[in-house]
Amino acid sequence: MTDITHSLLYLSGVEVSFDGFRALNGLSLDIRHGEMRAIIGPNGAGKTTMMDVITGKTRPDDGEVLFDRTNDLTKLDEAAIANLGIGRKFQKPTVFEMHTVEDNLLLALRGNRRVVHNLFWRRNAPDEGRIDQILGTIRLGDHRARAAGALSHGQKQWLEIGMLIAQDPKLLLVDEPVAGMTDAETETTADLLREIARDHSVIVVEHDMDFVRRLGVRVTVLHEGSVLAEGSLDQVSANERVIEVYLGR
Amino acid sequence: MIARTFLTDDRRSAIFLGLLAIAAVVVPFCHLVFPPSSLLHIGTSSVALWGKYLSFAILALSLDLIWGYAGILSLGHGAFFALGGYAMGMYLMRQIGSRGVYANPLLPDFMVFLNWKELPWYWWGFDIFPFAALMVVLAPGILAFVFGWFAFRSRVTGVYLSIITQMLTYALWLSFFRNDMGFGGNNGLTDFKDILGFPVQAPATRAALFSITAMTLMLCYIVARYVVASKLGKVLVAIRDAESRTRFLGYRVDAYKTFLFTLSAAMAGIAGALYVPQVGIINPSEFHPAQSIEVVLWVAVGGRGTLVGAALGAILVNFAKTTFTSGILAPYWLFVLGALFVLVTRFLPNGIVGTFFDVAADTRSARRPAHAGSTSASGRLREAESEAPLK
Amino acid sequence: MRRLATLLWLLAVLLAAPATAAKLDEALARLLDDSYGETAIAAGEIATSGDANASAILEALADNRLQFSAAQKLVAITGKEGKLANAATGAVVTAPPADLTPVRQNNRVRGAVQEALGAMTLLSPDPAKRLDAAQSIFKSQDATKLSQVEAALDGEKDPRVSLALEAARAVILLGKADAPQTARLAAVVTLKQRGDQSAIAALRNVPADAPAALRDAANRAVADIEKGLAVWRIGQNVWYGLSLGSVLLLAAIGLAITFGVMGVINMAHGEMVMLGAYTTFVVQEVIRNAAPGLFDYSLAMAIPLAFLVAGAIGMAIERTVIRFLYGRPLDTLLATWGVSLILQQAVRTWFGPTNREVGAPNFMSGAFKIGELVITWNRLWIIVFAGLIFIGLLMALKYTALGLHMRAVTQNRRMASSMGIPTARVDALTFGLGSGIAGLAGVALSQIDNVSPNLGQGYIVDSFLVVVFGGVGNLWGTLVGALSLGLANKLLEPFAGAVLGKIILLIAVIMFIQKRPRGMFALKGRAVET
Repeated sequence: MTDITHSLLYLSGVEVSFDGFRALNGLSLDIRHGEMRAIIGPNGAGKTTMMDVITGKTRPDDGEVLFDRTNDLTKLDEAAIANLGIGRKFQKPTVFEMHTVEDNLLLALRGNRRVVHNLFWRRNAPDEGRIDQILGTIRLGDHRARAAGALSHGQKQWLEIGMLIAQDPKLLLVDEPVAGMTDAETETTADLLREIARDHSVIVVEHDMDFVRRLGVRVTVLHEGSVLAEGSLDQVSANERVIEVYLGR
Repeated sequence: MIARTFLTDDRRSAIFLGLLAIAAVVVPFCHLVFPPSSLLHIGTSSVALWGKYLSFAILALSLDLIWGYAGILSLGHGAFFALGGYAMGMYLMRQIGSRGVYANPLLPDFMVFLNWKELPWYWWGFDIFPFAALMVVLAPGILAFVFGWFAFRSRVTGVYLSIITQMLTYALWLSFFRNDMGFGGNNGLTDFKDILGFPVQAPATRAALFSITAMTLMLCYIVARYVVASKLGKVLVAIRDAESRTRFLGYRVDAYKTFLFTLSAAMAGIAGALYVPQVGIINPSEFHPAQSIEVVLWVAVGGRGTLVGAALGAILVNFAKTTFTSGILAPYWLFVLGALFVLVTRFLPNGIVGTFFDVAADTRSARRPAHAGSTSASGRLREAESEAPLK
Repeated sequence: MRRLATLLWLLAVLLAAPATAAKLDEALARLLDDSYGETAIAAGEIATSGDANASAILEALADNRLQFSAAQKLVAITGKEGKLANAATGAVVTAPPADLTPVRQNNRVRGAVQEALGAMTLLSPDPAKRLDAAQSIFKSQDATKLSQVEAALDGEKDPRVSLALEAARAVILLGKADAPQTARLAAVVTLKQRGDQSAIAALRNVPADAPAALRDAANRAVADIEKGLAVWRIGQNVWYGLSLGSVLLLAAIGLAITFGVMGVINMAHGEMVMLGAYTTFVVQEVIRNAAPGLFDYSLAMAIPLAFLVAGAIGMAIERTVIRFLYGRPLDTLLATWGVSLILQQAVRTWFGPTNREVGAPNFMSGAFKIGELVITWNRLWIIVFAGLIFIGLLMALKYTALGLHMRAVTQNRRMASSMGIPTARVDALTFGLGSGIAGLAGVALSQIDNVSPNLGQGYIVDSFLVVVFGGVGNLWGTLVGALSLGLANKLLEPFAGAVLGKIILLIAVIMFIQKRPRGMFALKGRAVET
């Protein structure tokens, strides 16, 4: 079987069904340390459900989900999984609209998540420095004190990516980061993700083929809850089954 | 440190605390020093009445903490208030000693009346003030902790949570009516004589109680303000606005909610404990669900998410209630109260303070984005609710 | 002994037809002697004469209205209006004889008359009277009636009456120390078959000096009956539970529409119920004043009116308050609470704070018994009514255009709107429907609850309990929720008492919601989250 010693995330035979509908059907996936992987597939292929399973939002009916070889994610809840080092960016940008950009990053910043700690937390230089640095990375330095709700759609997406960086997870799950973005914004986002991928493992779920091509990474095609094909974009693009179910003739 | 932050950063807090400090000194002074004939005299009933308003303000503050900042709408906060009140009432009952109608040195009158032979175990220790004072905080606090621990872990949110808090207070309401419970049944606890050796009815005691209530309100306000302004406060607002997002950042949402809920319940218990000696009675009606919903109105009128507003709303609505119900307009009070519910939610979702005063000081970090001006805090609640995953 | 009595009775019956008149005359002749002994014998003879006038004569004798004239050999009855009639023939006596004197009585005569009358009713041509008589003997356990009971038993054709007579005989034999052992043991069996509370009482009455075997048999019979009664008691509680469940269903089903379908927390829901009850009150007032004869139809008339009144007010609330608060459930909750206060106070101002009397039409009053199960008509009708409303609502949701639109709007408001469904109108109508059904509930509840301005408040917590427990957005869930909470409540009551039972139930539901935050029949899957 698969050698999992180098796996960061290992899924095997994962099954999920909702009221008889099988969202995931024996899904297996293996993400290496430092790898960036693009996941594509038609609507209903199980992409979002897969993310839900990895992040603890949905419990699988069957199958194995291992993180860092030892952690069984099916036994943990969202917060515990996040604290293990898995960050998630939602399809719809979800930032804390009432908070400023700065506070959004502050909340995401890696650190102690306990109640008492945060009750007595005080502003400190290392945290401020880290926030400044991220603000630079996500190109929102000028918007530091603005309410996140007042940002444009693209800026919210970046802020959310910035929050992922602040979390400093071992693995990032990014769901359709460029949906609804202008070309220029898409370009910037691709740069951002590549930058992040230098020192993180990343899974990107995306519909936009150009964007996936721009990332230039290994691609997994999902269909009806299981893996249809895996390989470089060119390889999977040439796969007949993929063409049939997804790319169109 | 904290004081400095308030005085320089937050003018509204400073004004609020300043006014309370003045009232804490001036009201007792006017009550005790000036003779009743003087224009400056404040009568016994006024002192008790305003003391009651201030204890309600503490209750409102405690509710605003969870509703305004974490989106937890408790329709049963009166339960925690009443539990604190009963704890204080039990102390006051034990102080009556043999001065009761049946002159039983150990048992309160109602127990003698019910032919009880000995004091139930849960009445033990209530003759000692520090123990009773501890219970004022612990009884509501533990109930809130247990309730919150279960409810928040199971991710009961939004209206479901509201409804089960209502059921909780309803169940307690029914329970405290039962004579077997040993809390005086329908009549509750009353006919108090002394508090810490001072006669409860005496002018000096009343003045002192008023002062203590005002100062407790100040203290509770400072605590609430500190919590809200801390990073924990930011986490709470994050939970209120996007609960599952907060969870994916690694925050244990249930722990945060349980903490705040427990703190809030303890605060409500303190309010109840201050209310009882000034009003002279505690009975099961305080548990009635309608009572708890009224507390929500105070907060809504003043402005949810603005701590000063909550306190102000409590005083305002109760002042109006007293004015109305004591005159010929009494039959119309419920019309007014009902209309307030409708009009405030419809036209003033941010309450008086939230609408007419500068919001910056209180919710700098939580300022409403311009384009979302029409939706209220609870509007976003619905999002949070719909995000709640199903297990 | 019994044989003898039977024989006598048979003789009497056989001879009755041709010889009635002669027998009566013979008996009446004894009265002319003006002797207590003769009168007492005459009373018995009159009773067994079988003459149609017999009971009238005995009643007159008991009332001291029977007179006689020794000179004219006439016995006459003074009628209730003072007219004098010949006792034997019933003909009016136009010229009362001068020596007319009342038939005198002493205690012995009175006793004989009463006994004769009792026997008369045991032999009355009306089965209901015979039944009453038998039951009164059963209760009095009057040993002196034994022969009459036995005599009556032999001629009895009505099975219910003979059952009652047998029970009466059994009770008497049981207490009779000189009765044969076998007869007494048979009596125990008879009583055991009767199997009710009164049988237990009779069996407990076995004298302490009775033979041990008899006492043992009686005790065993008591235990057996009690076992049987316990089953009936559970049955009775189940019935109460169903009845409470139907009330809860009525109160909650409108809420299931507004809360379940629209997601609107309507705290004024209870007030819609109250308005329905007050509509019933007004309808009855009008009928009482205008056409008292139509009173039995008052509920039938109130039903559509209550639906319209509550529905219209509901729609008005939706249009003026709730529609501005969609998407803000907690605000809706507060605003509708305000509306409920206003409605309560309005009704209080209009109709006064006290309870209003709503009468029950004839078909809803009274009760009947199945075995040991007491079923009151009003509860039965309310269960039927709740069932009809439930079915009607299911049908309406499934087969009408409004139902289709409602379901469409629930599932995807934006899509429904873009398909041309007038969502605003659907909202108003849905809310009107939910409120109207609450009004219907009010008509039913006016029959079992106090009609006061506070009527609605009592149901609001319960209805939410049902809807939340059953699962939001599912009428079947509401049905199961209502019935199971009703049953649980009534089955808990005997052990825990009414209040504690309710508290236990509340806590149980609170804990249940922890486990299943969306109720028993909640939808699953991704659809719920969006």
